[in-house]
Amino acid sequence: MADKLRGIQSVQFINPPVIIGVGTIVGPKEAAGPIGDRFHQVIPDYLYGEDTPEQAETKILKEAIELALKNGNIAPSAVQFLLAGDLLNQIVSSGFAARQLGIAFLGIYGACSTIAEGLSIGSMIIDGGFADNIVVGASSHYQSAERQYRYPIELNIQHKATSQWTVTGAGAAVIASGGQGPRVTTATIGKVMDMGTKNPNEMGPAMAPAAADTFIRHLQDLGRSPEYYDLILTGDLGNVGKQLFLTLVKKNGITLNKYDDCGVIIFDKGQRSGAGGSGCACAATVTFGHAFKELEAGNLKKILLVATGALLSPLTYQQGESIPGIAHAVSIET
Amino acid sequence: MPNKKLTEPQKEYQKLVKQKRPRVPVVRNFIASFMVGGLICVIGQIVMNYFMEGGFSQKEAIAPTLASMIFIGALLTGLRIYDEIGEFAGAGAAVPITGFSNTVVSAAMDFKREGFVLGMGSKMFLIAGPVLVFGILTGFVVAIIKVFLVG
Repeated sequence: MADKLRGIQSVQFINPPVIIGVGTIVGPKEAAGPIGDRFHQVIPDYLYGEDTPEQAETKILKEAIELALKNGNIAPSAVQFLLAGDLLNQIVSSGFAARQLGIAFLGIYGACSTIAEGLSIGSMIIDGGFADNIVVGASSHYQSAERQYRYPIELNIQHKATSQWTVTGAGAAVIASGGQGPRVTTATIGKVMDMGTKNPNEMGPAMAPAAADTFIRHLQDLGRSPEYYDLILTGDLGNVGKQLFLTLVKKNGITLNKYDDCGVIIFDKGQRSGAGGSGCACAATVTFGHAFKELEAGNLKKILLVATGALLSPLTYQQGESIPGIAHAVSIET
Repeated sequence: MPNKKLTEPQKEYQKLVKQKRPRVPVVRNFIASFMVGGLICVIGQIVMNYFMEGGFSQKEAIAPTLASMIFIGALLTGLRIYDEIGEFAGAGAAVPITGFSNTVVSAAMDFKREGFVLGMGSKMFLIAGPVLVFGILTGFVVAIIKVFLVG
C-alpha cells in the first residue's frame, strides 16, 4: 500500500528529509548578475585551472558537493549515496566527480530538471528508510554545453533573442533523515510533454508545457492552491518560456503572483544572455544559493521548485524530431 | 521516422509560441551586417591595392589578398575577437572569407583538446565542411552548364 502517494504523480513525505547543507559555485558571468552575491563560491574563469571545460565542470561539481558536505557538517563517509547528473553525454561530469568523492553513486539525467529529480529520488530514499544521508548535485558549464549541443566557442554566431545561456556552475545539497534546516515535503514527478517545438534555440517554449502540466498536477494531487507557496520557481524557462507558462496556467484558471523563473533572475538583460539562463546549474544554483538564503533569513517559508528540462540531443533535432520537455516539482518548507 | 505532423493541441500551442516570440530586430541586423560586411570588403580592397602597387597584376593579386584576409580572420579568432564581431554583425561577419577562416580556426581551437589527429584534424572542417562540399558541387554544376550552353 503506497501510503505516501498523493493523487496520480505526487508523493508526500511522512518524515520530510532535512536539507542540512547546501553548496553552490558559479562562474564570473553568473556572479556579475543580479543575484551574483547569493552563491557560495565564484570561479575566476571558465577553465578554473583545468585544461578543458569538461574537466572544469567536473571540478566545479566535486567542489560544490564538498561545500555542501562542509556546510552540513558531515563527513563523506557518513553519506550513503550520491545522486548527481549533468548535461554532458554519459553524464561524465557527475561520474568523474563521483570517482574522486568515494561515495556510492547513482547517476541521474533529467536535462536541466536534474536537481529536482535528484531531490525527489533522494527524499524518497531517505523517507523510505533506506539511507540517513544523501547528497544530490547537478552541474552545467557554458563552454562544455556549447561544444556538445551547438558550435565551437569562438565561432561567429549571433545569438537569438529566444536562445538561452547555459549557466556555468554547480549546486549540491545534503539531505538527511534528521537535523536542522528546510525540509523537502512533497515531490511531483512530471510527464514528458511534447508540444511540437522543433527549434533548438527555443528551449523555453519547448519546456513550458511540461512545467505547466507538472505544476497543475502538483496542485491537484496535493489539493493545494498556488497561494500555499511564498515563491514558485520554474527551472529555466527564460523570458519567453515564462510568458508561455503564465499563459498556460492562466488557461487553467490560475493566476500567479509570487512566481519567478531561475533562468530569468540569474542574468540581467544587459548580459547578452538571450532569453535568460539555462542548464542543470541554473535551477540548482538559484535554488540552493538565492532561494536558500531567503529561506534561512525567514523571508520565505514555503517554496516550490518546478525544474524543467529539454530532453533532446543534437542528433534528434537534426533528424527532424521535436523537443520533448519534462518538469519535476519539489516543495521545500521551513 | 519522426512524427512530423502536428496534432491540433500542438498546432494551437505553436500559435501561442508565435505570439510570444520576441521580434527579430531585422533593420538593426541588416544595418550592422551591411556596415561590418562592407568594412571587411573595404579592408580586402585596401590589401589588394597594396599588392597591386607592389607589382602584381589584378589577377595575380587575388591569391595573396585572400591569403591575407584568411590570416586576419584566423588571427582575430585566435585572439577571441571574431566571435564578438559575429555576435554584433551576424552574416556581415560570416559571409566574407574571414568568416570562413573563423569557422575552421574556431573548430580547430575547440577540438585541439581531443588531440591533433583525431580531434583537431578530423573536426577542423566540422562547420566549414558543408560550405566546401556544396561550394564545389555548385561550381561543378555551373561549369557543366557553361560548357553546354556557352561552349
